[in-house]
Amino acid sequence: MKELLSGNVAIARGAFENGVILAAGYPGTPSTEILETLSRYKGIYSEWAPNEKVALEVGIGAAMAGARTIVTMKHVGVNVAADPLLSLAYTGVNGGLVLVSADDPGMHSSQNEQDNRYYAKFAKLAMLEPSNSQEAKDMMGLGLAISEQFDIPVMLRTTTRVAHSQSMVELGEPVAREIKPYSKDVKKNLMVPAFGRLRRISLAERTAKLAEYSENTPLNFIVPGNDKVGVITSGISFQLVREVLPDASVLKLGMTNPLPLELIKKFAAQVKTLFVVEELEPFLEEQIRMLGIQVTGKELFPYTGEYNQGLLRRCFGEAGVLSASPQVEDPAAGLPQAPPRPPVLCAGCPHRAVFYTLRRLKLTVTGDIGCYTLGGLPPLEGIDSCVCMGASIGMAHGIDKAVPDLKGRTVAVIGDSTFLHSGITGLLNAVYNNSDSTIIILDNRTTAMTGHQDHPATGRNLMGQAAPEVDITMLCRSLGVKRVEVVDPMDLSRLQEVIKSEIITPGPSVIIARRPCALLKREIKPAVTVDQEKCTGCKTCLKLSCPAISIVENKALVTADACVGCNLCVQVCKTGAMQGGQVDA
Amino acid sequence: MLKPVDVLMVGVGGQGTILASKVLAAAAQAVGYDIKVSEIHGMAQRGGSVVTQVRLGERVYSPLISEGEADVILAFEELEALRWLSYLKPGGTLIINNQQIYPVPVLAGVAEYPQNIIAQIQSRGVNVQVLKALEQAISCGNAKAANVVLLGALAQKLPIEEKIWRDALAATIPPRLLEVNNTAFTAGFTVGTVSVGC
Ligand SMILES: Cc1ncc(C[n+]2csc(CCOP(=O)(O)OP(=O)(O)O)c2C)c(N)n1
Repeated sequence: MKELLSGNVAIARGAFENGVILAAGYPGTPSTEILETLSRYKGIYSEWAPNEKVALEVGIGAAMAGARTIVTMKHVGVNVAADPLLSLAYTGVNGGLVLVSADDPGMHSSQNEQDNRYYAKFAKLAMLEPSNSQEAKDMMGLGLAISEQFDIPVMLRTTTRVAHSQSMVELGEPVAREIKPYSKDVKKNLMVPAFGRLRRISLAERTAKLAEYSENTPLNFIVPGNDKVGVITSGISFQLVREVLPDASVLKLGMTNPLPLELIKKFAAQVKTLFVVEELEPFLEEQIRMLGIQVTGKELFPYTGEYNQGLLRRCFGEAGVLSASPQVEDPAAGLPQAPPRPPVLCAGCPHRAVFYTLRRLKLTVTGDIGCYTLGGLPPLEGIDSCVCMGASIGMAHGIDKAVPDLKGRTVAVIGDSTFLHSGITGLLNAVYNNSDSTIIILDNRTTAMTGHQDHPATGRNLMGQAAPEVDITMLCRSLGVKRVEVVDPMDLSRLQEVIKSEIITPGPSVIIARRPCALLKREIKPAVTVDQEKCTGCKTCLKLSCPAISIVENKALVTADACVGCNLCVQVCKTGAMQGGQVDA
Repeated sequence: MLKPVDVLMVGVGGQGTILASKVLAAAAQAVGYDIKVSEIHGMAQRGGSVVTQVRLGERVYSPLISEGEADVILAFEELEALRWLSYLKPGGTLIINNQQIYPVPVLAGVAEYPQNIIAQIQSRGVNVQVLKALEQAISCGNAKAANVVLLGALAQKLPIEEKIWRDALAATIPPRLLEVNNTAFTAGFTVGTVSVGC
């Protein structure tokens, strides 16, 4: 039976059909749906770990003990998991282990565009790159088999358009889930220098065998075409090339580490002009050039962003491979430009209050990653920086120690999921090194940004079971933070008061701004109304960046459909024109 | 030989573009199309733009539609129609819902919502079919069915029989909402037979 599945759902299906016993990961677009789908299959244990490093370590344990395992994360998650990853190829596995790295060319929902194929080379993993959902499912299964056959972790590298595009997939029957026997083997699994050196040599041998496999696997194949133009490509680019150059010869690489060098040489010899089409870095190109093969790559195709067939047509046109397509008139030529429609904090979002306050207090704010990063955009503009998950706390401490002028004027803001992911160690450091910094934990009781996943402080796990709920207040106290205040961010005056007093107090302080995400607990109260007499059109309420508020004919207008009655604007309004539901306790 | 069709569905988070693309895919699958659907819903719940690309053909390679390639743009909102208009191919059709949802920069007074979007697009010689999907959905009994009104209008343009659409609706929509949605579909489908001018 064929079904229309996204790449992510297909990967989950592949894990289900091929005997995966344990699945672990941390949410991150575009990888999240893999575990969400797996958690609905019976017979597979799945979990959200607090971060990617832990997720991989959980996976390593399961695989070492003999279970087939999948670990999922977005591309930047692999940075967090890099430490265990870089030694994992040394020890190898027992049960197969597939690490899904979901890259995001074009940065649809990421802070950078890193090309994780280099991780496979760096960490000496086998790497598979699917170009559609069927391949995603098949490569998941094959990846497990390769992992076991060569005693090597396998990276299944997707990109947004593979992960989030749907295409037809032939479903199969699940095989029996079996655990391979485990026996203690310190020379393989205990990476002290003496044993590490042995495994380093073993790894070189295993890599050589894999390279041989790569030459012969049907994952790498030639689509025969004319001998004038040859293209070497992988992943989604393969589909684009097939669309744009249906007659060209194509070497499609499904296994991109190690590369089938002999196959590449053979292919190159068959065609007059050779191109490499790959998004992001010249990963294939560099290795092909090392073979002394002449090839056109990044001098023609961009380094940045996502490719599409229009772009490839233009590039191949420039190279004289395609005749320039006739200039068609843009139907939008001469029409006004559409103003942007940026995502904004939802009506009723508790984060809004915090950023409004931080901006009013003119503080320097080191930020972090989550929905709340939107609080850095106009008109809220309540964040100065966002680097990676967990960075806010260390950065605030660095400012506190280095720049006297900003001392007492700096706060870190971090979401609850992000705090548990990688903020705890930053806070520990702030305590240990006698920081005076103030940290605001935006505790909306969920991982909102990636679609409301549970985490260790929500009281529920991925399998939908009740789970112990980490007490964030107690956690901070136990790290040595003496001053921990919990505030309801919707109580603006108290929030402001607490922030003002904590920033000037010596020693580290934590303010937990706690209120559930507005989408999580939909309690819609009567919409705010505007007293037309009292409204002076001062636009103070617009500074909240609320999707329910606008100014029409110089008076504030609250759109009743959009307003959830959170009452923030009522508190902000200087003239008492905004009137509405009450703040509950 | 199935005629290849590229449909771009554009709208604002919460307007039901995803359900519409599901029904379309189910109908296309029933007639034997190869299908690729690609979605970017950049924080859809937070009021951002949503774009779903649906490609149908005997064999579809790229999941993406490039500028100047869409046979049909199904626009759930006027500004989004304007934003994605360059994706329409010469001779293609824009089906547009006459609904305006102001983005925050407009609400905040830092950007302007362009005036008379529909008339301006028509003045460019584009085939435009205008629907009052929201009003029609309300008169069918559920404002949320506006997406299915639009789908009905799209169905009119595609080489897939009505019966297959009905089955696809039944397979995709929960039973208790099916009747309203069938009525909504009819509303769009019959509007689709006549070109409405402004
Ligand atoms: C290393 C890494 N893993 C995952 C992500 C994806 N991601 C971005 S923000 C976020 C968590 C947001 O949750 P929280 O901190 O609770 O903030 P909220 O969105 O709920 O406001 C995740 C998982 C990322 N950017 N980097």
